[in-house]
Amino acid sequence: MSIQLTVNKKKMSLDIDPNTPLLWALRDHMSLKGTKYGCGIAQCGACTVWVNGEATRSCVLPISAVANADITTIEGLSDHGDHPVQVAWDELDVPQCGYCQAGQIMTAASLLKKKPNPSKTEIVDGMSGNICRCGTYHRIQEAVKLASEIASKKKTKSTVKKSA
Amino acid sequence: MKSTRRSFIQKTALFSGAFCLGFDWFQANGKEVSMVQTTMESGRFNAFLAIDPSGKIILYSPNPEIGQGIKTAFPVVVAEELDVDWKDVEVRQANLDTQNFERQLTGGSGALKHSWERLRKAGATARKMFVQAAAQTWNVDASTCKTSKGFVLGPKGQKASYGSLVAIASKLPVPTEVTYKNRKDYQIIGKRTKGVDNQSVVTGKPVFGLDIEKPGMVIAQIIRPPFGATLKSFDAADALKMPGIVDVVSFKNKVAIVGKSTWEVMKARGTVSCKYNSGDFDSDSTHQKWFDEGMKTDKATVQRKDGDFAAALARSAKVVEATYECPFISHSPMEPMNFFADVRADGTVLLAGPTQVPQSAQKAVASLLKIDEKKVEVELSKMGGGFGRRLNNDFALDAAELSSIIKKPVKVMWTREDDMGGGIYRPAARYHFKAGLDASGNMIAFYLRGVGINAGNATRQDNFPVGAIENVLVESVNQVSAVTTGPWRAPITNFLGYAEQAFLDEVAEAGGKDPVQMRLDWLARAKSNPVGKITYEPDRFIEVIKQAAEKSNWKKKPGIYQGFSVYFSHLSYVAQVADAQMVDGKAKITHVTAVTDCGEVVNLSGAENQIKGAIIDGMGHALFAKLRFNDGVASPTNFNGYRLIKGNEIPTINAYFVDNGIEPTGLGEPALPPTGGSIANALYAATKKRLYKQPFEV
Ligand code: FES
Ligand code: FES
Repeated sequence: MSIQLTVNKKKMSLDIDPNTPLLWALRDHMSLKGTKYGCGIAQCGACTVWVNGEATRSCVLPISAVANADITTIEGLSDHGDHPVQVAWDELDVPQCGYCQAGQIMTAASLLKKKPNPSKTEIVDGMSGNICRCGTYHRIQEAVKLASEIASKKKTKSTVKKSA
Repeated sequence: MKSTRRSFIQKTALFSGAFCLGFDWFQANGKEVSMVQTTMESGRFNAFLAIDPSGKIILYSPNPEIGQGIKTAFPVVVAEELDVDWKDVEVRQANLDTQNFERQLTGGSGALKHSWERLRKAGATARKMFVQAAAQTWNVDASTCKTSKGFVLGPKGQKASYGSLVAIASKLPVPTEVTYKNRKDYQIIGKRTKGVDNQSVVTGKPVFGLDIEKPGMVIAQIIRPPFGATLKSFDAADALKMPGIVDVVSFKNKVAIVGKSTWEVMKARGTVSCKYNSGDFDSDSTHQKWFDEGMKTDKATVQRKDGDFAAALARSAKVVEATYECPFISHSPMEPMNFFADVRADGTVLLAGPTQVPQSAQKAVASLLKIDEKKVEVELSKMGGGFGRRLNNDFALDAAELSSIIKKPVKVMWTREDDMGGGIYRPAARYHFKAGLDASGNMIAFYLRGVGINAGNATRQDNFPVGAIENVLVESVNQVSAVTTGPWRAPITNFLGYAEQAFLDEVAEAGGKDPVQMRLDWLARAKSNPVGKITYEPDRFIEVIKQAAEKSNWKKKPGIYQGFSVYFSHLSYVAQVADAQMVDGKAKITHVTAVTDCGEVVNLSGAENQIKGAIIDGMGHALFAKLRFNDGVASPTNFNGYRLIKGNEIPTINAYFVDNGIEPTGLGEPALPPTGGSIANALYAATKKRLYKQPFEV
């Protein structure tokens, strides 16, 4: 039985074991390798994607549970790699090995959707479920702050444009 | 072999009409760099600098990138001396190519130190050739020309881009004498340069080993035996009936489940049962017994002896003694081990994936399959961390052996459980220290015995304060086990550094001395009148200590408990002061000040990342990490039981660098060894409880 879902705005139909975790469906069956495997037991956050806009760990989520859902992965976060979080990550040179960063970025972008101006504590708490073995935590926290500033500037700009 | 006709054509096509300079970033002997005008097919060189007529500058980075920033730092040095705008430089990862490149590896924090001179020379040589080309064109003396951001500037306001000079420059002889920039004129070195891979990382490009996909490839996972055990039999009848399963085979006591997709393999694997022989395999109690025996034996290897330790101890007014111990720990890079291999019917082999040492993978696989090394091609991928784990090519050998059995291209993927349970750990060790103090509290005798399990020499016998103490005895004992071990970020010193620095804190306290002043006094001694040979430079040690004391307001912060440590490793010096505070009745590390002397800082952004990352790494493992053993099996094997430090558990960190312009030295590792010590000493200051065992929190 095939499962329908939308991934990065594209409609997909998959004919695979319904127990297949979304992570492996993305990586093995949709050639979307940006979402990473780190633990497979919802402990590290490397596999974070959005399911209907909510940051979710894809390694423990069977594909059957996301039938008809709307999935966003790192590849679909922005068209040109210019989401404020991506820009801030580059600007502050966050990545070391880079492996955990897709999960960090998807978590951060979801946090900012809910809280466009997070406090320091909200950033630390919101990001502390994602492990970075290289220890890039300081810059992750600074970059979330910077991303929120970039986003709010963008907003003001576009409102100005509209009203002009 | 690597230079197939096809890749040869691609390469020449890519660079036709370009100015190409092959140079050797790693030439084995001395600092002389031989450079040749080249196309990719000629000469043995280690890297490649190409400028095409449009002015685009391409630098090939031969070193595997594991997050240490080498792929950015190397080109920074070349670009600086070439005098181009960083934004015009494109860096590409080269594959293993023993025909054209030499010594492609990552490990030991030695790359920059080794290559500094070579990198500068490569850039400066090309720059000189462009100047000569312009001077020739304008008919002026080369000495009257200058360069700036990829342009040659003439005496009368002439201006020509390097790109426009490519045709002429590429016909000039390669100069042997070049002059380097003055460091005050640096435009890129010492500034913040962003990682060259940032874009591909933040957009999720498939650049890591686990992302590798090749035509006809199958996926495999391998069940490994308990350490020391032999596989008697296995039952894969159910697995073989499951969808997507291609084969289940066994080799070298391992069982490999091969299938079409990761999930199908994972599911089938759960149904495979393996039977092993029974035996006396390693458990925690075995290791404790070995430590006890190793401490008692009279057959220890003497690593260093200065003066007469026993006699000095006998006449000491006070003796301080302590035992420190660390468990086996796993490297746990965020990307678990994985590797691709295709052993083909025509006798050639393609290997692809994350390894810190591609050339030894090539050699090892060639010898395993009994074929010529030239038949083994290696493609490098980006690595999701390594921390030393990817220095061991067991994963590449497994993949190659499996591919040769199933006769298919295969990617072997380790689950987190495989990665954590599958061996090559930081060795477990126990250290016993003794110090004899005279009536005024000065240490006159120092003793260390290190007992390691598969650790080789578990000591570093020349470590400071050795060289400043009159009577010294350092001994080691190695116990052999079936549990496999290997280098872990800052091998041996990742724990020894903590043990030494924590013990010296006890020595200072017993002698009624300030830990900072005590070390400065020793260094004055080591400088004026060293005992035996010393491997460190006392002045550089003194400088980081003084700066750390000053920048941390050493012992001048009311309500803050401080701990000091300083360590010399990989030719760099790092002094640390950790601040602890009592929070809800519990001592918590809130801040770390680190002062590093690694010579010239090439990329400030990357350097800061390495220092902060190493401190967080050192702190996390000191606090939480431990593998236990039972009957040859390690546990825990995933992050639910094996705790890694998280973003809400880190102190603030101030990282400072000594500005001395000395040749750059290692940076990936040196900030880790002093970390356990500074935090243990701060926690002691706060709680008056010494911490003798890692992890501190159990
Ligand atoms: S891989 Fe899903 S949380 Fe670690
Ligand atoms: S950057 Fe390496 S794990 Fe986060």
